[in-house]
Amino acid sequence: MAKPTKACCETDPGPGQSAPKDAPLVAIAGNPNTGKTTLFNALTGKTAKVGNYPGITVDRYEGGARLPDGRVARILDVPGTYSLSARSEEERIALGAIAGLGQHERPDAIVVVLDATHLSRNLYLAMQIAELGIPVVLALTMVDTLEERGHAIDVETMEAAMGLPTVAVQAGKRIGLDELLAKVETVIDRERVAPTEWALPRNLADRIHPIEAHLPAAWDPVGPRRQAFALWALLSLDDDDEHQSIDPALRVRVNEVRAQAEADGVKLEQEIIAWRYRFIDQAEPNFNAARSAHIHVRTDGLDRVLLHPLFGFAIFLLTMTVLFQALFSWADPMIGWVEVAIGGFGGLVANVLPDGIIQDLIVDGLIGGVGAVLVFLPQILLLFFFIGIMEDTGYMSRVAFIMDRVMRLVGLHGRAFVPMLSGFACAVPAIMATRTMERRRDRLLTMMVVPLMTCSARLPVYTLLIAVMVPVGTGGTWTQGLLMAAMYIFSTVLALIVAGVLSKTVIRGPRVPLILEMPPYRRPHWPSVLRMLRQRSMMFMRDAGSVILVAAMVIWAMLEFPRTPDVGRDFAGERQALEAQLESGPSDRDAGDSTLAGKAANEQASTASIPSTPEIVTPPEASTLDMPMAALEEALTNLERERNAAQLENSYGGRIGRLIEPTIEPLGFDWKMGIGLVGAFAAREVFVGTMGVIYGIGGDVTEDSPMLRDKLRNEEYPDGRKKYTPLVCLSLLVFFALACQCSSTVAMVYRETASWRWPTFLVAYTFALAWIASFITYQGGLLLGFT
Amino acid sequence: MLQLSDLTPDSFARLVSLEGDRSFQRRLMEMGFLPGTRVHMIRRVPLGGLIELEVRCCRVTLRLSEAARVQVALG
Repeated sequence: MAKPTKACCETDPGPGQSAPKDAPLVAIAGNPNTGKTTLFNALTGKTAKVGNYPGITVDRYEGGARLPDGRVARILDVPGTYSLSARSEEERIALGAIAGLGQHERPDAIVVVLDATHLSRNLYLAMQIAELGIPVVLALTMVDTLEERGHAIDVETMEAAMGLPTVAVQAGKRIGLDELLAKVETVIDRERVAPTEWALPRNLADRIHPIEAHLPAAWDPVGPRRQAFALWALLSLDDDDEHQSIDPALRVRVNEVRAQAEADGVKLEQEIIAWRYRFIDQAEPNFNAARSAHIHVRTDGLDRVLLHPLFGFAIFLLTMTVLFQALFSWADPMIGWVEVAIGGFGGLVANVLPDGIIQDLIVDGLIGGVGAVLVFLPQILLLFFFIGIMEDTGYMSRVAFIMDRVMRLVGLHGRAFVPMLSGFACAVPAIMATRTMERRRDRLLTMMVVPLMTCSARLPVYTLLIAVMVPVGTGGTWTQGLLMAAMYIFSTVLALIVAGVLSKTVIRGPRVPLILEMPPYRRPHWPSVLRMLRQRSMMFMRDAGSVILVAAMVIWAMLEFPRTPDVGRDFAGERQALEAQLESGPSDRDAGDSTLAGKAANEQASTASIPSTPEIVTPPEASTLDMPMAALEEALTNLERERNAAQLENSYGGRIGRLIEPTIEPLGFDWKMGIGLVGAFAAREVFVGTMGVIYGIGGDVTEDSPMLRDKLRNEEYPDGRKKYTPLVCLSLLVFFALACQCSSTVAMVYRETASWRWPTFLVAYTFALAWIASFITYQGGLLLGFT
Repeated sequence: MLQLSDLTPDSFARLVSLEGDRSFQRRLMEMGFLPGTRVHMIRRVPLGGLIELEVRCCRVTLRLSEAARVQVALG
């Protein structure tokens, strides 16, 4: 086979190289916080692409780098891990990617990144990987930090002691990269053999031997892999682990081996782990004098403040306030720009296209739908900017630790705090942010409760309903404020309760002990933060964006079609009549009056019965003279609004509103509110505009419009009962607080869980909860005598 | 016998034995918490009910409830 040739048309002189699919695969593995990703970025440059590991939503980063011999190697960033043993499926990704199990391709070489300041624990993983027989190169990072403390690692001695090629690298400064690639090249075609520097003692090897015969053939357990996988099984399989695809026969054999060792009084697992650490403890002093030196000076100083019982908590609150403020307020102008840009673009396109259904489809449907995707970008960028800095500096771990006790009460991970807080701004970026948690269960649980938080899209709805409920003046403002605060507290408390219930029922999982590293504080690496931002937004647009776009277009079409302009009334005729009048000018007013069909227009026009004398135009009188004209125009606008209302009523969405009326009647809602609920699937705040259209005020109405408020307040049933009583408003508020009726959130959960199962569950449980809570609110209120 | 959770900030101890779930013990041991290993208790994390320890130059955080399953001897 020919050597993979250089990709054509290269314009980027940067470090990375696009690699052909059959190029050698080099995996980069290591403990978390070792600078692994920085090294990966330095090697691959702009060629890095994000994807997913098979079957699970864990990011898979791959790029290319040129070896000294001209070959381009594919470089794979393996998730950080302390050990290859795994309790959960996601922990097994590291093993899968390194050993080439299942759908994972087997790497030709592995670069194990070692943090020089935490060498002994890092070497443990390096030994596990080398035992698999895959060619390994060790890359030492953080040597500069060690040097600042007056220490150094003797790389040559280390190479000899471990029997593995070793390079010191400073990826940020691009030091040692060429040497690293050169060493990778020398090992890449090497035969796969077990290391000879350390070997499992005979007595232990004999004990695990029976496991080897039961390893699945798919793992290719030959050569050194036999013993390595047997050790993995012994240190990974438990009765309560989360591995789904393990042969029961293998489990039985592992348990037999354990039982035998126990009967013989041998702590088998401890001896195996101690065997590796014993080797490290013997070898390491020869090349690392810094073993017991204080390398945590700066971090300790910072932690004395940042983890101080009082100041630490104050700084934590301050940081979270800034984060919240950024998402809640700072994103607003940016969202405004996006909206203006989309609106402007839509306007441009509308000018080019002829009026009609095609123009509406493209401008309102498609471009509007793209806008529905793009409006999320500002908050996503801001949130991930903050997350990037917090992760990079190490503060995120502190946040997780500070919040652990509180979050654990309801079964959530400490790291769920930032997504939950972000949920107050918007659930879409918040659900993306659940990726800061490793376990699928923690992520799922957080995703299922984040949509309950009072997001900013609910605020216009709350503002409108509260304004309808409580008249301003005589302490009304206070009551309104209190009600709003109560909604926030209600949603937060409920989210925590739901998390507690779900964590004990649907999303149950074995309790995981928290054994985590407190990473040293480091300066954020800006290129990495920016790269992460770019990748996150691309991923959002590509994966979630398509679903959100389709959902937005479907909901738009539901409220727009079928287009039957004249529903029970000759709108077109009335319009023509009005327009004819407008054109003929105010002098023909008398004639116009008699032909006017629109009742509303008729009333408006007749109240403005001032004789028209167009010749006399003096500024003060001008407005009165124009009155009939203005009245006609207003009549036309009103007619248009009434037509829109009729059109909406008759649309598929409107029909659904009527159809669901029996189901929402016990909650105190009528079919018009039902249509509002349908519209809210596009985004909750659309409820306000939908109500504006259905009540003939116009779709561009805002939540603080007195017109819409008064209209709702005065709305009555045929028998004279008020429709929007305080009790009905409260019931609606409760419904909006609980129901996950946001199609973008559902799309995001679909994207993050890679199935429709969890989004379906989310919608089902939140709607059930919303219905029950609203039912209790309304019927309970009626029973108590409120009307 | 003293437990890891009993240590006061800035004290030193040697691990004697681990208890609890097999997976818990294994995870700790793979992070370097083996019998005989010296640990340095650094601090308690505010609100979290956690302690921070230094083992083999690494800073590791444990819940107090879990640290109670690790027996240590001072010194």
